[in-house]
Amino acid sequence: MGMQSIGRPTTPFASEASNVETISGSKGLMQREDLIFEIGSPEKTGVDLPAPKGTRNRLGGVTRKQSSGLPGLSEPEAVRHYMRLSQKNYAIDLGLFPLGSCTMKHNPRLNEKAARMPGFADIHPLQPQRTVQGALELIDELATWLKTLTGMPAVAMSPKAGAHGELCGMLAIRQALIARGEAETRKRVLVPASAHGTNPATAIQCGFIVDEIKANERGRVDMDDLRSKLETTDDIAGIMLTNPNTCGLFETDIKEIADLIHDAGGYFYCDGANFNAIVGRVRPGDLGVDAMHINLHKTFSTPHGGGGPGSGPTVLSDALAPYAPVPFVVKDDDGFRLVEESEGDASEAFGRMVAFHGQMGMFVRALTYMLSHGADGLKQVAEDAVLNANYIQARLKSVMTPAFDGYCMHEALFSDAFTADGIETIDIAKAMLDEGYHPMTMYFPLVVHGAMLIEPTETESKQELDRFCESLTRIAERAAAGDETLKAAPYLAPMKRLDETQAARKPVLKWTAPEPEAVAAE
Amino acid sequence: MRYLPLTPDDRAAMLNTIGAGSVDDFYHDVPESARLTGPIHDLPDHQGELAVERHLSRLAAKNTTASEVPFFVGAGAYKHHVPASVDMIIQRSEFLTTYTPYQPEIAQGTLQTLFEFQTQVAAMTAMDVANASMYDGSTACAEAAVMACRVTRRKKVVLSGGLHPHYAAATRLLCEAQGIEVVELEPAIDGELELANHIDDATACVIGQSPNVFGTVTDLSPVADAAHEKKALLVSVFTEAVSLGLVTPPGEMGADIAVGEGQSIGNPLTFGGPYVGLFACTQKLVRQMPGRLCGETVDADGKRGFVLTLSTREQHIRRDKATSNICTNSGLCALAFTAHMTLLGGKGLEQLAVLNHEAACDLADALSTVPGVEILTPRFFNEFAFRTPVDAEAVLAMLEERGVLGGVRASRLLPHDGLGDVIIAAATECTTQDDIDAYVATLKEVI
Repeated sequence: MGMQSIGRPTTPFASEASNVETISGSKGLMQREDLIFEIGSPEKTGVDLPAPKGTRNRLGGVTRKQSSGLPGLSEPEAVRHYMRLSQKNYAIDLGLFPLGSCTMKHNPRLNEKAARMPGFADIHPLQPQRTVQGALELIDELATWLKTLTGMPAVAMSPKAGAHGELCGMLAIRQALIARGEAETRKRVLVPASAHGTNPATAIQCGFIVDEIKANERGRVDMDDLRSKLETTDDIAGIMLTNPNTCGLFETDIKEIADLIHDAGGYFYCDGANFNAIVGRVRPGDLGVDAMHINLHKTFSTPHGGGGPGSGPTVLSDALAPYAPVPFVVKDDDGFRLVEESEGDASEAFGRMVAFHGQMGMFVRALTYMLSHGADGLKQVAEDAVLNANYIQARLKSVMTPAFDGYCMHEALFSDAFTADGIETIDIAKAMLDEGYHPMTMYFPLVVHGAMLIEPTETESKQELDRFCESLTRIAERAAAGDETLKAAPYLAPMKRLDETQAARKPVLKWTAPEPEAVAAE
Repeated sequence: MRYLPLTPDDRAAMLNTIGAGSVDDFYHDVPESARLTGPIHDLPDHQGELAVERHLSRLAAKNTTASEVPFFVGAGAYKHHVPASVDMIIQRSEFLTTYTPYQPEIAQGTLQTLFEFQTQVAAMTAMDVANASMYDGSTACAEAAVMACRVTRRKKVVLSGGLHPHYAAATRLLCEAQGIEVVELEPAIDGELELANHIDDATACVIGQSPNVFGTVTDLSPVADAAHEKKALLVSVFTEAVSLGLVTPPGEMGADIAVGEGQSIGNPLTFGGPYVGLFACTQKLVRQMPGRLCGETVDADGKRGFVLTLSTREQHIRRDKATSNICTNSGLCALAFTAHMTLLGGKGLEQLAVLNHEAACDLADALSTVPGVEILTPRFFNEFAFRTPVDAEAVLAMLEERGVLGGVRASRLLPHDGLGDVIIAAATECTTQDDIDAYVATLKEVI
């Protein structure tokens, strides 16, 4: 196996050396790291607190009987524990993270610095509003950016994540139907097969019934199927559409879809998770959208942190704006003010989704990112995201099978048709780990067999994309040739394939102390 | 445009490889009338790091921080000290900039910390199992209510008058959208036990809070017994996680589901978010839990490792039959929580809790010396309600003018309930004797 002129050297077979076992679990710099429950003790602590006076008790006897027994670690032990664990993680700062429909891009540290300014990090949501005018101004400024970029008149800032933003949009639709006196009759929500899994789940959470629309052979909404769904219209609450959709494609007929839904008396919810493909180039408000959440952590780069937090402000059309949840910020002669109750300015609000005012820490990061890019830079973001995805599609189409003809938007979708029998998408994904890449999104969207959805984002260089394509080309060729060694990949990751079936069959969700040997032997 | 690596030459070469004339070609599916061609007006163009930093600093400087004044604001979010190493740990790139751990072979760092987090939360709440975090306490509370309805196949939930009003609002919203009847009891400073009188055969769960929004701690065991007698569940809520070091935890009171806010441990105030919702339950309910779960397993070599598990409950498998639509958690906030808890250890948490309680006792005693002030909360942890002889809003405004942030007026949370003269005040380990002296002296000036 020779080195390639471009691309990383790879070792497709486990070498003898990689099987060497050490007492410490060391593999070079990588060490086994036991659980805190195995290395700490309840007597230890990594904080120095003053001694209590020990004389005060106004708990009325409602005191804990049993200690939690949780172990502590000294500060150096704790720092080392987490540093060692961190080294077992892949992250965008280490390399390309081509997860389609998830959008993992560079996370500028200026955003982190801004979010940690005491004026943002050390303020309480319920302190007097006169003492948080800068925070309220920031929310208002961010709202202005979101409204301008989407061409929508209103935005609800409080949703805590993308799926929570979906909930916000659908609750606004529900409230609009209540106001029309049609909430009991209009229960049906159309959801394309290519939608994010959260879309149908959200519709159900709001008490709607999901009616799935087929995808056509071009990966878009099947308009004939849509029209047939609209033969009866008096029960239509709306449609939930992802655009650009999860096949990485722009819904060509989107304006007609909007018109059909509106004519049927329903509302148009657009999942805005993929807004980075069109920001600065297309305004959802011009497409007839009534509600759309924006994943600040995707489009405006707040770090994903291993699963969150997110933030999902939801823009609303004129038709839905009156129903936006509390709280929201308004500006009057005295400055900025929070409307916290469903009355007065908010008499039609559908309620309150969360304690407090939303993900302020994410707002700071997102606004910092917007100001850094500016309106001109954000337009370039969309163009580069789309260019990078099409470049990957063009470079890989001779060795992998593009799911659809033509250009894609910000992500390139392939099926597993090019693989030999017995080689699956997951084998390709795991082989990518050895190449030093996080795998693309696998088996999604469901409308494509063995789907592989690759989203490079706009913050990858051409050199990085070239290297990635070289790696993937080699893996694809091995997959096409039926290379059985792929089935046991990864060879070089911190762990081999994990047994997910065992984890689900008998779930072990917390650490429990092993029984003492004498007891166990009985 | 320092975040964008492509050069004009790169772009030209790439377009050439693709065989496209220009980037406009990629937007040919966009209806022509909806294409933006020119610049976006009304928004500024890109700026350098210095300019952006100045802009953000200017906004930040307009806010009064909790550290610069005597500070007693609580009611669901609390000012605590976070060790410096916690923020260092969560800023480590491999934690900060990684995705949901769907590829366990290269995500053991995140997965193991989630497993440790789940174990810590289960032990602190004295519950069997905990999930890998929720958005925050209020949404966790709403999810607990709908989960209780799913488990019991009943459609009625009863909310205590001591439940944080924002938690009640979030819960009411999600329940009503799903056709679940919500019964809310009148606001009551010591009203948790009242829940036992509102359980019937249609009740899925009762939701009580201890310490509640007025600071009152209550042994909910009698409520649990009454609920279980009618085959209903007890959902126990807390907004102050530090209380778990000293106060009877939900599991010891017979709760079936325990939910709460974890911000107090490891996470700054940040004007209300991001926070970290804690969610724990009994073993038999585990498959009905919303949110992510991390479980132990082995890899192909038989080595212990961790994976996300029981995902069949989740939206990406079950779609319209999922236990919730939740797709993300508060992973990084959970990491901050677990790192801070690891530094504290069980003993440290208990000591921290005692310090909080003592500070609140000192504050209550000191405020009692102010003429006309009456402490209303009978049993409390680090927060209590008190009555002022004049309007609470006016009192707090006058305190603020003199540089003291004295608490939350109850009427901000409960506008219609005749609580205009009630203030909710909190003390923590950050509260000094000087802070308390300043509060008392200033309060004497203004009333």
